[in-house]
Amino acid sequence: MAAAGPPILSVRGLSKSFAATPVLTDVNLEVARGAIVALLGASGSGKTTLLQAIAGLVAPDAGTIVIDGQDVRDVPAHGRPVNMMFQSYALFPHLTVAGNVAYGLKARGTPREERERLVAWALELVRLEGLGSRRPDQLSGGQRQRVALARCLVMKPAVLLLDEPMAALDRRLRADVQKELKSIQRKVGATFVLVTHDQDEAMAMSDYIAVMDKGRIAQFGPPREVYERPTSMFVASFLGTINLFAGSTRESAGPQTRLVTDDGLEVVSERSVGDTAGPVIAIGVRPEKIVVAREPTGLANDFAGTVEQVSYGGTSSDVTIRLTGGRAIEATAANSAASVVASIQAGERVHVGFPGTAGIALLA
Amino acid sequence: MSTRSLSPVDWLTFAVPIGWLLAFLALPLVGVAALSFHDIADSIPPVAPLLTRSGAHLVLHASARGLLVVLSDPLYLTAFWNALSNAALTALGCLLVGFPIAYAIARAPEQRRNVYVLLSILPFWTSFLMRSYAWMGLIRDTGPVNSALLSLGIIKTPLVILYSPTAVLLVMVYSYLPFFVLPMYAVLEKLPTDLLSAASDLGARPLYAFRTVTLPLSLPGIISGSILVFVPAVGEYVIPELVGNSSTVMIGGILWAEFFENRDWPLAATIALVSFVALMAPPLILRRWMGQGVGARI
Repeated sequence: MAAAGPPILSVRGLSKSFAATPVLTDVNLEVARGAIVALLGASGSGKTTLLQAIAGLVAPDAGTIVIDGQDVRDVPAHGRPVNMMFQSYALFPHLTVAGNVAYGLKARGTPREERERLVAWALELVRLEGLGSRRPDQLSGGQRQRVALARCLVMKPAVLLLDEPMAALDRRLRADVQKELKSIQRKVGATFVLVTHDQDEAMAMSDYIAVMDKGRIAQFGPPREVYERPTSMFVASFLGTINLFAGSTRESAGPQTRLVTDDGLEVVSERSVGDTAGPVIAIGVRPEKIVVAREPTGLANDFAGTVEQVSYGGTSSDVTIRLTGGRAIEATAANSAASVVASIQAGERVHVGFPGTAGIALLA
Repeated sequence: MSTRSLSPVDWLTFAVPIGWLLAFLALPLVGVAALSFHDIADSIPPVAPLLTRSGAHLVLHASARGLLVVLSDPLYLTAFWNALSNAALTALGCLLVGFPIAYAIARAPEQRRNVYVLLSILPFWTSFLMRSYAWMGLIRDTGPVNSALLSLGIIKTPLVILYSPTAVLLVMVYSYLPFFVLPMYAVLEKLPTDLLSAASDLGARPLYAFRTVTLPLSLPGIISGSILVFVPAVGEYVIPELVGNSSTVMIGGILWAEFFENRDWPLAATIALVSFVALMAPPLILRRWMGQGVGARI
């Protein structure tokens, strides 16, 4: 996990426009040494531009970037103590695997013996020992990715930047590669900043997630916090599935918020919205927090409805319940022996409910 | 494995190029080879027949005179050497001038590249002779180049450029430039910009990145561009004739003179054959070298 001490990377007030279109607006980010931070966002959210600005491949219009205590404003890409694993891997096709891994050391002027030792170390780390004399076009996609990783690791960068590291990989490989990347990162104690549009990847890999939206960081925190305590409508609906009850606040006292939706449902949340102020515009509930029962649930929020669809998914099932007022509710439950969901049928009359503590009060 | 028989269309795709090569390369080459063994005669055409009938016998009148002359008379060897070295220098000049042009076009914004390519080949839509005469006007003693240099005080007496090897090289490089720029551009344009970003990210200064990434990866373009310039440049005879002097006698000019002025067809045919064989060598060597790839070491 992240060690204490000053952040290894600190981005303050970073802004960038391309042809008068703002891509990054006042971005602030602190990355602790040894952490994995995911920049998560849809395409066009500015996550890749932020990564390139840190690498020095894009010049920001305003703001500062401090890497390992050094303001890198005037440091060109080739002088920055960061290395990037490109989405395309950008392996040099005319060099062997070992030649690719050695490239940065050579450019830096590392003596040959030291270079060969480090290249061997890096290739062993990514389990490519013995493939040093191959060319990139003789490797599989997964092997190419590991060459790209070794090429960065061998430089012992202060921060290793990964641009969509899984994008070019076969879907079935991804989970394994995520685990392996993480284990390598822990082993060498590197700091990773990775860009991804895949929330599962961000959740599985990172210690912190920065959710990006329209060039801003919408929320920054550990995956659990960002998922369980989203502070905005955007973050709540971007990460995972959520049932949103939008409406006007009837009553707000302490952590409790009572809200009435347009279709006349009264919804209660007993969770504060954190440090951000403003009127609550919706209450959100994750599908796995919804209780489905054949009798009234007795919870703070309880509604009657009809089962519309059951999607069996092995360990758990997704159920869509149409409320009497017409609204659809998504619920997910484990298919344990005691679970109602395990035996539920489409067309059954049921009750859905959730406790006030499961309702997330959301601001605009 | 499929053992599908070839359709008529398949046959045609083989037959057309092979037929073309037979009709327009192999057959004429055999004709030229045969011609080189004829004796000369004061007739039209100015050669004696290779075979004559004497009673019941066919008599072969083959002569190796052409080959002996070409190999023994230093005039021809010098002309070969002049042509080869001039063509090599032309290719080198095209590389030095054409590479930066191709590089600049390839790095220009995408929507402007086609315009730049068009602009770089636009002068070549006017007659080649016209452009050569224009060069003669530019570089003659009283031409604009000398006038400008004189009036700027850079030189005291006019430079003698016209009718010199320098003039030949200058006009040759100018004339053959598109043959280099186009293949070079095609290779540079496909070079992924990611690779240069990666080099920079790994600590390579721009010049180092150019030397270790751009240059090795543009080698195929350099080689095909050089071959495209070198091969026709060896046979060039108009430019040396127009702007060169007696020291720039090249094999193309000699060939022309032997054929049209001396009417020594067998000798001209021999020169053509020797040129052909000599020209096959450099591209083959270059291709072989390129096939081995560029050395990659830790």
